[in-house]
Amino acid sequence: MKRFIGFVKKEFMHIFRDFRTLIILFGIPAAQILIFGFAVRTDIKNAGIAVLDRSKDEISSGLISRLESSDFFILKQNLHSGNQIDSSFKAGDIKAVLIFEDDFGKRLLNEGSAHIEILADGSEPNVANLVTSYTRAIINDYMIEFNKARGSGAMVIEPEVKMYYNPNLQSQYMFVPGVITIILVLICALMTSVAITREKEFGTMEVLLVSPLKPIQIILGKVTPYFILSLIDVIVILFLSWLVFNIPIKGSLVLLMLESMLYILLGLSLGIMISTMSKTMQQAMFISLLGLMLPTIILSGFIFPVEYMPGIYKWLSLVIPPRWFITIVKDIMIKGTGFTFVWKETLILVFMTLVFITISTLKFKKRLE
Amino acid sequence: MRTILYLIRKEFIQIFRNKFLSRAIFGIPIVQMVILVPAVTFEIKNIELCVVDKDMSTESRQLISRLQGSEFFLLKHTTFSDKEADDMLHSDKCDLVLHIPQDFGRNLIREGNQKIMVLVNAINATSAQLAWAYMRGVLQDYNSELVVQNLHSTAPSRIPVIETTNRFWYNPSLNYKYYMLPGILVILVTAIGLLLAGLNVVREKEIGTIEQLNVTPIRKYQFITAKLIPFLIIGLIDLAFGLLIGKILFNIPFNGSIAILFLFASLYLIAALGLALFLSTLASTQQQYLFVVFFILMIFILMSGIFTPAESMPLWAQKFNLINPAAYFMRVIRMIMLKGSGFNDVLPDIRGIILIGIGTISLAIWRYRKTV
Repeated sequence: MKRFIGFVKKEFMHIFRDFRTLIILFGIPAAQILIFGFAVRTDIKNAGIAVLDRSKDEISSGLISRLESSDFFILKQNLHSGNQIDSSFKAGDIKAVLIFEDDFGKRLLNEGSAHIEILADGSEPNVANLVTSYTRAIINDYMIEFNKARGSGAMVIEPEVKMYYNPNLQSQYMFVPGVITIILVLICALMTSVAITREKEFGTMEVLLVSPLKPIQIILGKVTPYFILSLIDVIVILFLSWLVFNIPIKGSLVLLMLESMLYILLGLSLGIMISTMSKTMQQAMFISLLGLMLPTIILSGFIFPVEYMPGIYKWLSLVIPPRWFITIVKDIMIKGTGFTFVWKETLILVFMTLVFITISTLKFKKRLE
Repeated sequence: MRTILYLIRKEFIQIFRNKFLSRAIFGIPIVQMVILVPAVTFEIKNIELCVVDKDMSTESRQLISRLQGSEFFLLKHTTFSDKEADDMLHSDKCDLVLHIPQDFGRNLIREGNQKIMVLVNAINATSAQLAWAYMRGVLQDYNSELVVQNLHSTAPSRIPVIETTNRFWYNPSLNYKYYMLPGILVILVTAIGLLLAGLNVVREKEIGTIEQLNVTPIRKYQFITAKLIPFLIIGLIDLAFGLLIGKILFNIPFNGSIAILFLFASLYLIAALGLALFLSTLASTQQQYLFVVFFILMIFILMSGIFTPAESMPLWAQKFNLINPAAYFMRVIRMIMLKGSGFNDVLPDIRGIILIGIGTISLAIWRYRKTV
């Protein structure tokens, strides 16, 4: 045991000696939380639009100024003919064009209906969808007021909405659990796989193996410092998101930390598994960065909700560990639910960890023979 | 010139001698493109709905059947109990709860208005907003239908409505593959370029072979060029593979000029590889380099508008994107592929990426020391 502690100490010293890596280790999560919190948004704000107003009457200009005054849109261009649409889309400044038909206001008053066509740039489907539905909503609101002012529209359903768990619709509620999940698994897998293959590549692994330490002690010794560092990362992220974005932890902090430890263990054993499969550091880096980064970002439900994925991908996402941990973090942190709501996800993570460890031990033994 | 050619040959031999690496640089992108491109849709359909109907009138039933008929909603459950509905929301069994109060139908017709409560699970703010927008749409449609039904009995005047239709240009059916393929391609090409080029140099440092290069009469610019060109070629080949996969497998249109795209991609890769070489002069071990690249890659990617609209970001973030090469490539590849934008449309971006390229290459040459 004393030997083991000595070994862990040595590993710690190795890590702390490398100041640059250490800064980045804590810099990555902090920077990500700040970027996601302050910069990246999934909804639209200040999207450029253009208007082709063939009527130019009181009602159409009223509606246009209503659109302009919303936070969502900025009126970038007033087009004069349909030929200009393609070129202004191609220049890339605008996301949608609204076309008001001839005699828009007259038709609305005399015939009781008038027509607006919304053309959206489909090269960003998400934005196109949002722009279209926000425009519709603004037009509808405008009409309700318009009709009220004229004293018609006798009957109105007034829907009221309550946004549960996230009343101000902050996108950080989505991103904080996502960042914790992605960063932890990537950092853990990267660090351990690189640290272990490094010893292999430089031949120092053999030195360690002939020492009186058992292989399991060597691996544990390599992994322990990273376990502690990752745990500090979790605390940094949670603290920052509370301090800067006011995201409280509604559920039990202890439970959240325990779950995080489990997840870190999973990441570390994934890293060990990768290291048993790769001969050189470069190999380990390619597998754990290039191989893991995109699948975890895309399939975990971090940015794209899993529920709306096509059938096979829902199945595929079941084997992606971050997917389960994201659910756990959201449940505990944001919804404030207890263990009874997340035991299933927890069991799945335990199972996955065991699988990684089993595969690594099998591979590791073979290598020693 | 001949020195450079020899050095480039040396690099290629070294890369392709490494079995894992030579497979990974083409295999990983191809596999990930094939698997990940079709994964994403943000198409919100089948929003799971729970209705608390305390009214059970003709009107409330009409409204519910309206919702059932809409392609956006999937009626999961109907109940009388508020608590049951809350529990369903809590345990993720539904996304949205609609409360129809008692006397909904009667109040609506007699008093002309009636409040109705909608609860949305808003952890994902975007899908919550969309779900709410769809719900409002259905409610409004139903509302105007009711008005028409009761027209003869109450007000004689017609109520004006604005009809809206919409079309999506360049991608009429809002196929998400059109959007994801260029995005994933940019990430993969960037990641491979940054990793390969930088690790290559740092590895030479770590195992000491760089000193052998340093004592030869190779000049700085020759060294940098020789380290740049092989990875530029590999990046362009990866790009070509990706575009082919898009064309053959996913039938994604390519509306613009391939020549302009490859021209831009080359400029982009030069800028990115210059950055890689610069960073490699700062790191002394592969591990250090890896973490620096991981850090920078994440920031570049996430801020570039690959998965989220870049225009929604605050001004400072958009200013940052002026020095973010990935943001340029992201914009340009989508413009050229999907919209068929021409040379003049992307000219400002070409200027920007050339400036970045000059910056990173100069930094790399300046920092690279031939002395120990």
